[in-house]
Amino acid sequence: MRRKIVLFLIIAVCFLLQTTVFRVLNFAGIGPNLLIIIISAFGFMRGKKEGLWIGFFCGLLIDIFCGFYLGGYALLYMYIGYINGMFQKRFYPDDIKLPMILIGSSDIVCNLVIYFVMFLLRGRFSFWYYFTSVIIPEFVYTMVITIFLYFLLLKINQSLEEHEKRRAIKFEL
Amino acid sequence: MKKFRHFRNKKNRLASKYVLMILTAVCVVALFTSLVFNLSGGPLNTVAGYVFIPMQKGINSAGAWISGKANDFKTLSEVLKENEKLKAQVSDLTLKLNNTKLEQYELDNYRELLQLDDKYASYDKVAANVIAMDGTNWFSTFTLDKGTKEGIQKGMNVIAGSGLVGVVTDVGPNYSKVRSIIDDSSNVSSMVLTTKDNFNVSGSLKSMNKDKELPFTQLRDEDDKVKPGDPVVTSAVSDIYQEGILIGYIASVENDPNNLTKSGTITPVVDFEHLREVLVITTVKDTGEKELSSQDSTETETETQK
Repeated sequence: MRRKIVLFLIIAVCFLLQTTVFRVLNFAGIGPNLLIIIISAFGFMRGKKEGLWIGFFCGLLIDIFCGFYLGGYALLYMYIGYINGMFQKRFYPDDIKLPMILIGSSDIVCNLVIYFVMFLLRGRFSFWYYFTSVIIPEFVYTMVITIFLYFLLLKINQSLEEHEKRRAIKFEL
Repeated sequence: MKKFRHFRNKKNRLASKYVLMILTAVCVVALFTSLVFNLSGGPLNTVAGYVFIPMQKGINSAGAWISGKANDFKTLSEVLKENEKLKAQVSDLTLKLNNTKLEQYELDNYRELLQLDDKYASYDKVAANVIAMDGTNWFSTFTLDKGTKEGIQKGMNVIAGSGLVGVVTDVGPNYSKVRSIIDDSSNVSSMVLTTKDNFNVSGSLKSMNKDKELPFTQLRDEDDKVKPGDPVVTSAVSDIYQEGILIGYIASVENDPNNLTKSGTITPVVDFEHLREVLVITTVKDTGEKELSSQDSTETETETQK
């Protein structure tokens, strides 16, 4: 229960920041994707199931406030969370390389899918332009934010896990 | 400990791949229904609206307060310099004003022809604030702080200053979602005021990012009368947008390879990067589509009866 409340708060804060503050603090019209950091981070820290649930709810939020059809972003983000969950066994809290690679590639894959579905299929063929002016800047900005946000998420997750462990022991006694 | 774990595994944990399959099915069904029936979230909108909109409003007003304070710190020297510059500008502008007055006379004539002024004034409008922008970098939608409670409905036009901003695509009780005309998936059928030729203005991420212009296509202008600087308004044949709302001015015109139509770019009048207050026109364009569709259905019915 405590985990659900904390997760909801994290998602809410990041969604609000992404749609308000970081739209003002943009670089050449490009803002970071905070939600993908949360989805990816909790995916590889907590496993497939939590990854896919968080992805689903983050996607739903984007669908309701920014998307055109309900369910599109939910589907995309859910799969991203699930795939990140597959790397749980390779994840060690001290290692920063794997999280950076996973979050970065999640962001790029997510944007590539959006480009192919929403732009290429409508006849916007200049892939190189979109790649260099949307996907790469968003990737760079997101990675800069990741450096700060990832450690925050890691700390939150660790304290939550500690709390859950203590409760499990209490329950057993 | 073992017993406890066993209990958890057996009773309330589905394997993650089944959860994935179920949620995929849910998403696909939601996508399908919203595509086919053009439905929106309904109760989901209500819940999400009541949770997030107050917070977005809060952040927004905090941001406005901070930027207001920051402006106060403009130093005196800056203001003096600006004053000097402005004085020079005043004399320059008075000259220009005289010229404009002459042109105004011409414009009034055009307006009379189109009865633009009447139409603008006669639309009922509701003022609203932009409280959030699109969460992705691909599209240009934004959220307003007024919804069905203030009488806003799907399909209403949004203007800012004197120009067209976009159209309401979704509403909740206390918010509404607007797709702007610079959004990559937007299309507006428009008209050049000087020649009354209809054509299509489409939103474009690429062209907006590069030159702050919107591309247009399908302009038939056999006599080469359309020039850069001509005003462009929404056309009467559009089924979403009210007639005669200013979109922008033509920036460039080029011949298409087929030599029949022309395409080019227009510069929108609205500053989309600094949108704060907008007006929502509370009349939805009546296209008679309902009657048409009911006629269609009766026709098909009779056909099937035959």
